[in-house]
Amino acid sequence: MVELWYAIVAVFLAAYAVLDGFDLGAGAVHLLVARTDAERRTVLGAIGPYWDGNEVFLLAAGGVLFVAFPAALAVGLSGFYLAIFLVLWTLVLRGIAIEFRSHVEDPLWRSGWDVVFSVASATLSILFGAALANLIRGVPLDAEGWFSLTLFTDFGIEEPVGILDWYTVLVGVFALATLMAHGGSFLAWKAAGVVEQRSRKLSVVLFGVVAALWPFVTWATHVANPTVFATFGERPLAWLGAAAALSGISAAFWGLRAGRGLVAFLGSCAFIAGILGATAAMMFPVLLRAIADPSRSITAPAVASTPGGLRVALAWFSVGAPLALAYFVTVFRLHRGKVPPPREGHGY
Amino acid sequence: MSDALLWHRLQFAFTIMYHYLFPQLTMGLALLIVIMKALALRGGDAAWDSAARFWIRVFGINFAVGVVTGIPMEFQFGTNWAAFSKFAGGVIGHTLAMEGLFAFFLESTFLGLLVWGEGRLSRRGHFRAALALFVGSWLSGYFIVATNAFMQHPVGHEIAADGSLRLADFWAFLLNPWAIAQYAHNMVAAVVTASFVVSAVGAYYALKGIHLEGARRFLGIGTLAGLASSVLVAFPTGDVQAKQVARHQPITLAAMEGRFESAEMAEIVLIGQPNVAARRLDNPIVVPGMLSFLAYGTFHREVVGLNAFPRQDWPDNIELLYYAFHIMVGLGTLFIALTAAAAFQQLRGRLASHRPLLWALMLAFPFPYIATAAGWMTAELGRQPWLVYGLLRTAAGASPNVHSGTVLFTLLGFCGLYTVLGLLFLFLVGREIAHGPAVDGGGARG
Repeated sequence: MVELWYAIVAVFLAAYAVLDGFDLGAGAVHLLVARTDAERRTVLGAIGPYWDGNEVFLLAAGGVLFVAFPAALAVGLSGFYLAIFLVLWTLVLRGIAIEFRSHVEDPLWRSGWDVVFSVASATLSILFGAALANLIRGVPLDAEGWFSLTLFTDFGIEEPVGILDWYTVLVGVFALATLMAHGGSFLAWKAAGVVEQRSRKLSVVLFGVVAALWPFVTWATHVANPTVFATFGERPLAWLGAAAALSGISAAFWGLRAGRGLVAFLGSCAFIAGILGATAAMMFPVLLRAIADPSRSITAPAVASTPGGLRVALAWFSVGAPLALAYFVTVFRLHRGKVPPPREGHGY
Repeated sequence: MSDALLWHRLQFAFTIMYHYLFPQLTMGLALLIVIMKALALRGGDAAWDSAARFWIRVFGINFAVGVVTGIPMEFQFGTNWAAFSKFAGGVIGHTLAMEGLFAFFLESTFLGLLVWGEGRLSRRGHFRAALALFVGSWLSGYFIVATNAFMQHPVGHEIAADGSLRLADFWAFLLNPWAIAQYAHNMVAAVVTASFVVSAVGAYYALKGIHLEGARRFLGIGTLAGLASSVLVAFPTGDVQAKQVARHQPITLAAMEGRFESAEMAEIVLIGQPNVAARRLDNPIVVPGMLSFLAYGTFHREVVGLNAFPRQDWPDNIELLYYAFHIMVGLGTLFIALTAAAAFQQLRGRLASHRPLLWALMLAFPFPYIATAAGWMTAELGRQPWLVYGLLRTAAGASPNVHSGTVLFTLLGFCGLYTVLGLLFLFLVGREIAHGPAVDGGGARG
């Protein structure tokens, strides 16, 4: 049961990264691939039907973590206090930028919100990457099981650490490049015309950056936490994740070159889900790693809710999850095909 | 109270009260939009379609602000109230996660269809999207109220070996009687807010002599729904809620009424000032016996005063609690009077030319927001000094690892960000109101 809930939390976080990842990435490349108002409305129209539902995955992931491992949520969110509020405020600004932008027909108003949208999307991509890196590197859990991190110290990975150090910043940049390539692949699939062409070209370059950074990030991960890859040999799910990531990025390259936007996008999805899945499989059962003293690490079995509580949660989860999936299928079906050219007075 | 605890409480209070300005309108408006769409569908009346279209636009802006201000709420359980989350997460995590899975996905799917789907969907399909959004937003409300109800009146739990709470009886927890009473009261109050806002816009158009077709419909639906909901919010929902407080939180009832001495035939206070230091109510105007009757259904029942309880179990801000409660009740009474007068004139067909009433309706729309905020202040201040009633004190629930200066910093950050957000919101809604409902049905304007 504990393994299952660890997997559910990991799946929700990966689903959030893949789904909100494409609209964050589209936001991060927004100013690069779309220059005129019509082009920018194409980008916003492409993510418009999805971004809100995608963001629900963040709340749902937090929710399932809360149900299954309440102490991990409590310790993690309070320990990363300042970084969490940075994320929340950026999410607020980004949300209103998307929603308010097209309400007023004024070039200055719209350009202003486009910048907010794009900068906020890029910032969030970096922060989410850094957040993952913090979980891998570990946090200074004290004897009572709490920790508190400042934003940065000396950028080293030895104590005293901050939320940003050379490793977490590196992963943040890697996440930014990955999500930009991911968002670009999504636009290569959904957008038409010049936005599609620019997105395709840009994504090829960005996936090149990602492929170049990947071995380096893997090495850095080993330096930041030598125990991560120690379990790789005995975790078949981690092999599966690594294989998905490798074939995903190859498919993405091929799809972009061949002008097959959907293949590129799905490949990009597999790449992100594969990397995150492999990481989760290797980290299990650790939820929050203690940086100095491994015995203080917060593990899934130690902080899991009672078996009874988890069974009840599984019961409503097996009703709710298919429903949520059905809504998603409905939205993707209703908006299948390329985004129609924007009309003034309609949508984004 | 330590500084950090005060800032934690103020931050949560500020962010939740600000957030709830938006969902109370969207939840109430969701019902009114369903009614407007149903009227349009039945009578084939295009004016109801454009009325609905206008309110869907306002709804969309409101919803966006509700979403972005709602996300921080979920996370603050962990960031600011980590000890509470550790303690009660095994129980309240269920409703919070269910809200995401059952309500938010539904809402995010159908909002898009409602706002941008007219013309792409059939008329009936568009009506169904409105209905689905109504169901989603009202479900969402239930999960949140059920979470709060557990903090007010914990049921369905047991205490685990490590001292934290765990779920023992899911249905008892989900169908907490407190939740059902509070939900009914709260949702009807949301309809009051929406009705007043719809009437106010109608009154504004009528007074200015513009968009008269829309004005007539807004005033009609606004005053009738306003009267029905204003009555229901007092009786039976408010009454049931008060009886629950009397039964499960007698100390809270005493504090709400500024009552220090126990007595049978207890009087209800209309006006007065609680003087906590001297343990008495200054300058009261009262109605004898009414408190006993309203709280327990009989004049002879004793109402216990604060003096009967240990000082450390008193709510920690009795003055604010007392005033919040009396402001809510006072405003609620005025709502019934105003909507009764307006609905009477509406049914006689004279409201649109009754300028004093139109002025009153136009200026009245902020007051349901105030009454709702005061009602939630009554619930939350009345729960003090407990975070989970009788199980966990508020002082023990805050994050032990977050410094007071850090919390003050984020509180100030929210004040700044939300001021900007409020100005943008008013600007955009103001533009929609100035533009008005288009009679030609020219599709949704961005």
